[in-house]
Amino acid sequence: MKFIKYLIVGALFGIVMSKSEAISWYRIQEMFRFQAFHMYGIIGVAVVTSTIIVALIKKFKVRDMAGNPILFYPKNKSVARYLIGGTIFGLGWALSGACPGPMVVNIGYGFMSFGVIFIFALLGTLLYGVLKDRLPH
Amino acid sequence: MIDFLMQPWPWWFSGLVLALIMFLMLFFGNSFGFSANLRTICSMGGAGKRVKFFDFDWKKQIWNLVFLLGAVVGGYITSEFLSDPNQAVLISENTITDLEALGFAAPTSIQPAELFAFEAIFTLKGFLILAFGGLMVGFGARYAGGCTSGHAISGLADLQLPSLIAVVGFFIGGLIMTFGIFPLIF
Repeated sequence: MKFIKYLIVGALFGIVMSKSEAISWYRIQEMFRFQAFHMYGIIGVAVVTSTIIVALIKKFKVRDMAGNPILFYPKNKSVARYLIGGTIFGLGWALSGACPGPMVVNIGYGFMSFGVIFIFALLGTLLYGVLKDRLPH
Repeated sequence: MIDFLMQPWPWWFSGLVLALIMFLMLFFGNSFGFSANLRTICSMGGAGKRVKFFDFDWKKQIWNLVFLLGAVVGGYITSEFLSDPNQAVLISENTITDLEALGFAAPTSIQPAELFAFEAIFTLKGFLILAFGGLMVGFGARYAGGCTSGHAISGLADLQLPSLIAVVGFFIGGLIMTFGIFPLIF
């Protein structure tokens, strides 16, 4: 039962992504064409608010519900992996109109075609795991 | 209240809810990063026996899989109870014009039928679009070490330079696809 809170927060995520239309291919196209503020507004408000929350957590050494300190781990320094990986991700994001979260929200929404996208996203992850040591990082 | 729930939600409200979700995941002792689930599912399927990258204790990631399940439920709840199926996405006129030039009809619902109708799976072009889209998102997310939630929200909120580089990459790829490749394939 300790997992039920994740189910509820996950459902809230699914609802907000659908109700904000962020799961829509049209909205992602509109974003990449810089023709509306909508997606930038969503991500902008989320980032600015989250930055304030993270700063407050660090300043006041806020603990999690189990009483453990909330820690943040710096990501490995590199340019190649983030830039190349990010670019490949962006190509897929614009084509399918969905990053991994919205893929499964769309499946729940009733679009079975996103099941195909999701299966191939799993295959893409598998392919990365196989090729990992041969790629520049 | 019901009216507010049934209408598309404004960007500022949606952004605040996403920040709340990020905070709750930290408060629960974890963090907000969706694409890690893809690696976990590969590991569950036994990929760890052959590939070291998938050789980890996936049971420690069950919380995130439950979050994924919740996201599916959230999509279902919205389409069943919280939306009007004929509500067209209110994208800008400029986008409608641009997409019409590529052969897409003006929106009549949340997704274009040209790409995501059930029948599209069974056409060669339709299938290849879905397949390549998914493949690049899955490959790129793991290569970059995260997706929109892990980098653009969690990473930027922690002022991490790698996340900013990844987000720049997301846009380089998105712009190449939108302005370079779309005119060739549509």
